[in-house]
Amino acid sequence: MTGGTIGLIVIIVLLVLLVLWVIGVYNSLVTLRNELDNSWAQIDVQLKRRHDLIPNLVETVKGYAAHERETLEKVIQARNMAVAAKTPGEAAEAENFLTGALKSLFAVSEAYPDLKANQNFLALQEELTSTENKIAFARQFFNDRTMTYNTRIQQFPANIVANMFGFLKREFFEVREEAVREAPKVSFSK
Amino acid sequence: MWEQIRANRRRSVLLIVLMGSLLALMGYTIGESIVGPGAGPLGLVVAGLIFLVQLLVYYAAAESVLLAGMGARELSREDMPRLFNIVEEMKLASGLGFMPKVYVIDSPAPNAFAIGRKPESSAVAVTSGLLSQLNRDELQGVIAHEIAHLKNRDTSFMTLAGVMLGSIIILSELAWRMFRYGGARTSSRSRSRGGGGQGQAVIIVVALLVAIIGPIVAQILYFATSRKREFLADACAAQYTRYPEGLASALERIASAPARLVVSKATAPMFIVNPLSAADRESTGLFSTHPPTSQRVAILRSMAGAGLLDYDAAYRAVRGGGLIGGMTLKSAEAVPLRAASAEGPLELRPEAREAVQRLAGYVSVPCACGLEARVPESFSEASVRCPRCGTVNAIPSASVTGSLPGDAAVVAGGALDQPALQFTRRGGAWETFRCACGATIQLSPSFSGTRVRCGRCGRNISVSRAA
Repeated sequence: MTGGTIGLIVIIVLLVLLVLWVIGVYNSLVTLRNELDNSWAQIDVQLKRRHDLIPNLVETVKGYAAHERETLEKVIQARNMAVAAKTPGEAAEAENFLTGALKSLFAVSEAYPDLKANQNFLALQEELTSTENKIAFARQFFNDRTMTYNTRIQQFPANIVANMFGFLKREFFEVREEAVREAPKVSFSK
Repeated sequence: MWEQIRANRRRSVLLIVLMGSLLALMGYTIGESIVGPGAGPLGLVVAGLIFLVQLLVYYAAAESVLLAGMGARELSREDMPRLFNIVEEMKLASGLGFMPKVYVIDSPAPNAFAIGRKPESSAVAVTSGLLSQLNRDELQGVIAHEIAHLKNRDTSFMTLAGVMLGSIIILSELAWRMFRYGGARTSSRSRSRGGGGQGQAVIIVVALLVAIIGPIVAQILYFATSRKREFLADACAAQYTRYPEGLASALERIASAPARLVVSKATAPMFIVNPLSAADRESTGLFSTHPPTSQRVAILRSMAGAGLLDYDAAYRAVRGGGLIGGMTLKSAEAVPLRAASAEGPLELRPEAREAVQRLAGYVSVPCACGLEARVPESFSEASVRCPRCGTVNAIPSASVTGSLPGDAAVVAGGALDQPALQFTRRGGAWETFRCACGATIQLSPSFSGTRVRCGRCGRNISVSRAA
């Protein structure tokens, strides 16, 4: 075997190793991205569940506290905004608003003992509270995964592979705490 | 978290490989020394067979059998929505791909466990004592710990490791018996041939050492792994809930509860706190499946944040030496703690017990003196005497009314030639009553219909409320 042949073999082996490494990184990025999509889908499921529970809640409350119109309308408005949101950023803002509106609704219902004793209302309250928790946890997991994914595609040397195959940075599902503490303003924008 | 599971998987594979090699080594040397020279491969085959049989048993054992043996009952979402919600919350926080089944065990002793080799058969079980003594944060911590076991595949892995351990012990026992009754036949044979005695003696010594020390080493490895996994599950639980204090105070309450859960030694390792005795809970021995509860609590309470990094730091402070691999820690981010939630005890003890008994088909017969009798389905009398005041109370049953107008069309599928039944409800709580065929029917507070179908005889019973 001449020196040239050995050199060729070494180069081929190195190339093969390089290709294997690229495949490995690509696969792990794909796995991460799919995990991310899946966890977003989980959040989506919980958000939709919350949207679905709200009409029932509004009807139940109307039966006992019909003249709390402002609060009820705020909730309906917030829900419609949330249903119409498209990007994770938009959705986060709308969902925040909805959380605030629901909080004021539950606060207002404290003054109606008949409403508080209603089994349906209690069951809905538990379901909504739990859905809020589930959204929080799903968001927590989603953000953790987004962080890992973003870090991965930015670190050297994986970022080369990421750029080659078009792995883009992902948005976080932010919760802006200030929005929840403020009194939700009813906006009549389209 | 993802990286930690990968590291875990590597360590698990290593443990299995180690134990497998030990088993093979034992098989070979025992074969060589006790059966005869050249019987090494035979020993290997025997070792392999023992392992295969154990493995078959492992695969054949169904989780449902184990759960039924402990008196656990499966819950549906309607039975205990808040418990179900907590399990689902933790499933989301951990990113577990499937929802485990939820079981409840009727016992005042607070405890919980998780089992499952595959996602479809996975389950989390809690006792009714746990539900009534812990608040929402504490219960969430316990469930998070169990879900962490499922996520890290501890449930399937530790059972498999147990199978290997069992094989090693069986092989060692076998070797001992053969040695005692058969003697070291090789030595006499080699003496007659002459010259091979030295080599044979060495092999015999090695075999004996391996037969004695092998099981001990395997056990130490197994229990050390079990304890490590418990710590890892605690770490994951803290990260999922972002509130390690919840799990810490839950562990304290569980460990100090006076009531004891009676379980066999085989199932004890599966619980969150060793249910066997107070001494076991605090034992620091090499052969305990769980780390001492006080240490677990101390680590959780000294965490500065809620992430794996914080747990590792606290672990180092309490025990010295790290827990989580270096590669995982480098990629871990800072995770802040959250505040406690305001909810109190999840289910009051009577409510939790009631839920379990409802599931068992008991009919509740309240007496005017305040005592409520719980009557099992097998009780065939129509009335029961109150043990406190002596009043004879009728067991709520559907009564015969004669047919209602329009019944013929509605009763399709039920027994047309039998008289129609009706039942009058008392109020807005859970109610149980008996159908004419003896089956127990339960109505939930939110049931607002006018008809219910008996699950056993198929008859439609009309339900009305008392005026």
